[in-house]
Amino acid sequence: MNFQNLGSKPTRHGFGQGLLTLGERHSNVVAIGADVTGSVMTSVFKEKFPDRFFSVGVAEQNATTVATGLALSGKIPFFSSYGAFAALRNADQIRISMCYNEANVKIGGSHSGVTVGPDGATHQVLEDIAFLRALPHLMLVAPCDYEETRKATILVGETFGPAYIRFGRDNQTMFTTENTPFALGKMPVFREGTDIALIACGVMVWEALLAAEELHKRHGISARVLNGAWIKPIDEEAIVSAARDCGAIVTAEEHQVHGGLGSAVAEVVVKNHPVPMEFVGMPDRFGESGEPRELLEHFGLTWHSIYASALTAIARRDKQYSDAIRKVKDISRFSE
Amino acid sequence: MSIDNKQRTNTELHEIATQIRRDIIRALLPAKSGHSGGPLGSTDILSVLYFGGILRHDPTNWQWADRDRFVLSAGHMCPVLYAILANAGYFDREELLTLRKLGSRLQGHPGFDMKLPGIETSTGSLGHGISIAVGMAISDKLVDRNSRRVVTLTGDGELQEGSCWEAAMSAAHFGLDNFCWIIDNNDCQIDGRVKDIMSVYPLADKCQAFGFDTIVIDGHNYDEIYMAFNKFIANHTNKTGKPTCIIAKTFMGKGVSFMHDRYEWHGKPPSAEQAEKALGELV
Repeated sequence: MNFQNLGSKPTRHGFGQGLLTLGERHSNVVAIGADVTGSVMTSVFKEKFPDRFFSVGVAEQNATTVATGLALSGKIPFFSSYGAFAALRNADQIRISMCYNEANVKIGGSHSGVTVGPDGATHQVLEDIAFLRALPHLMLVAPCDYEETRKATILVGETFGPAYIRFGRDNQTMFTTENTPFALGKMPVFREGTDIALIACGVMVWEALLAAEELHKRHGISARVLNGAWIKPIDEEAIVSAARDCGAIVTAEEHQVHGGLGSAVAEVVVKNHPVPMEFVGMPDRFGESGEPRELLEHFGLTWHSIYASALTAIARRDKQYSDAIRKVKDISRFSE
Repeated sequence: MSIDNKQRTNTELHEIATQIRRDIIRALLPAKSGHSGGPLGSTDILSVLYFGGILRHDPTNWQWADRDRFVLSAGHMCPVLYAILANAGYFDREELLTLRKLGSRLQGHPGFDMKLPGIETSTGSLGHGISIAVGMAISDKLVDRNSRRVVTLTGDGELQEGSCWEAAMSAAHFGLDNFCWIIDNNDCQIDGRVKDIMSVYPLADKCQAFGFDTIVIDGHNYDEIYMAFNKFIANHTNKTGKPTCIIAKTFMGKGVSFMHDRYEWHGKPPSAEQAEKALGELV
């Protein structure tokens, strides 16, 4: 697949657009607002379908459980707020009311990661994936650009079960199109390669593509890039193939290195085909105020880190390989 | 016991409530854990709700699309709900003896995934049920625009969970006259008296101020219970746009002398000896 920079737009706009399409297609799609409807784009739904929009105020716990009540009454409720409050403030409600009930509630977690920018650490959610992916029944997707967020919103809206869509506030490079593969639980290969696998989600997918290009240009390294948007369910087959074919993996996400996409991938790798892995993500610390791009660079969440981690992972793999060769030689010498 | 959804005499209700209380004790004995006090205290009001023609329901076709819904927000009080559902004919009374056992549909706190007839949602984390019930009432009144009603019951200690008040705020804001919130006000919680642990009082003033048509009743007096439910039905029928709150003053462990008004009985089951004594009193 060949990707081009198609300009930029915030992923939250993709959510708003997807929700609008769902509202047009299904009369039982309703939306719950928690006071930030303009910034999380539920406002477009509110304007078009005022009778199917309910504002509960700054009350995310109630929003989640009210949505559950609507879902248990045959509706398809979408609740959206900043991820900090739509995934963690209401964690108990998500766990018990939404997931244990297997209620058909959809949460749009906007303003994820450090790209929230100047609002600072309180609003930069970096721990949501760690919590959410541990929940039975929940579908969890972190799309990579506007178009994919739009598709993801429509897909989870039309698939029964609790779901969380993770997206962001800031402008994000657009590069996928209507024709780019996107299917529930699938981790499509965005760039073929055999020397190293780069698995990323959200804003880091574009960075991974940039890193792959640099690895090729500077070292002739062939990097495979997988779009890890679907964190739950996770595509074990694609991960195991990547481990087998490439022998080393780098994951990248705008989330803590603990408990996120990287951990999810590692669980699959360790169980099926252990290979050296490197993790690009937030290094166990909180964010801070700044401009989105500036923060990504400050915390090492750009292609540069993926590039460097890829070289490290490859070196580790090759060292393991040469150590193994040496061992085999020693053994054969001994047996002579 | 079959159910015919009509108003019943106090004698009939007393008989039904006694049978429910006996079944609560019978279920808790083999379970060896669980909550005795709250279920016994809320038996009277829930007996009127289910057997006195208030809730429109059909045990033989429990998912009937036009049914009213009851959500037990205080999920730990499920022994009373299970006993009521069994006696109403939702499932066999003998299944009550499986309470809290591995594989049972009668989970320690209601589990929607167990598909027990009559259970509308999982509850157990305090404060969730009332919000879910608000969501159901929004769906009925503002989306489907039907004439169904939703009743929920919270404890009084439960109201220390702040999200209950988020739910209360929204019920009034959306004008949910199809929504009735019963507060089982026994002033007991695990650690002691509600007023000592963290006071929720003055309760009636709070609920009134939150926009509820609020009624305080003796939760063991059938006439008062009927009066309160009829007020709710009138609020709904007359489209007053006001949700109803019934504060039912009850005694924890009602009907069993040694449990009466004792918070120690919030979360424990009777021993064999205690169960025998309790059943001897519940006649």
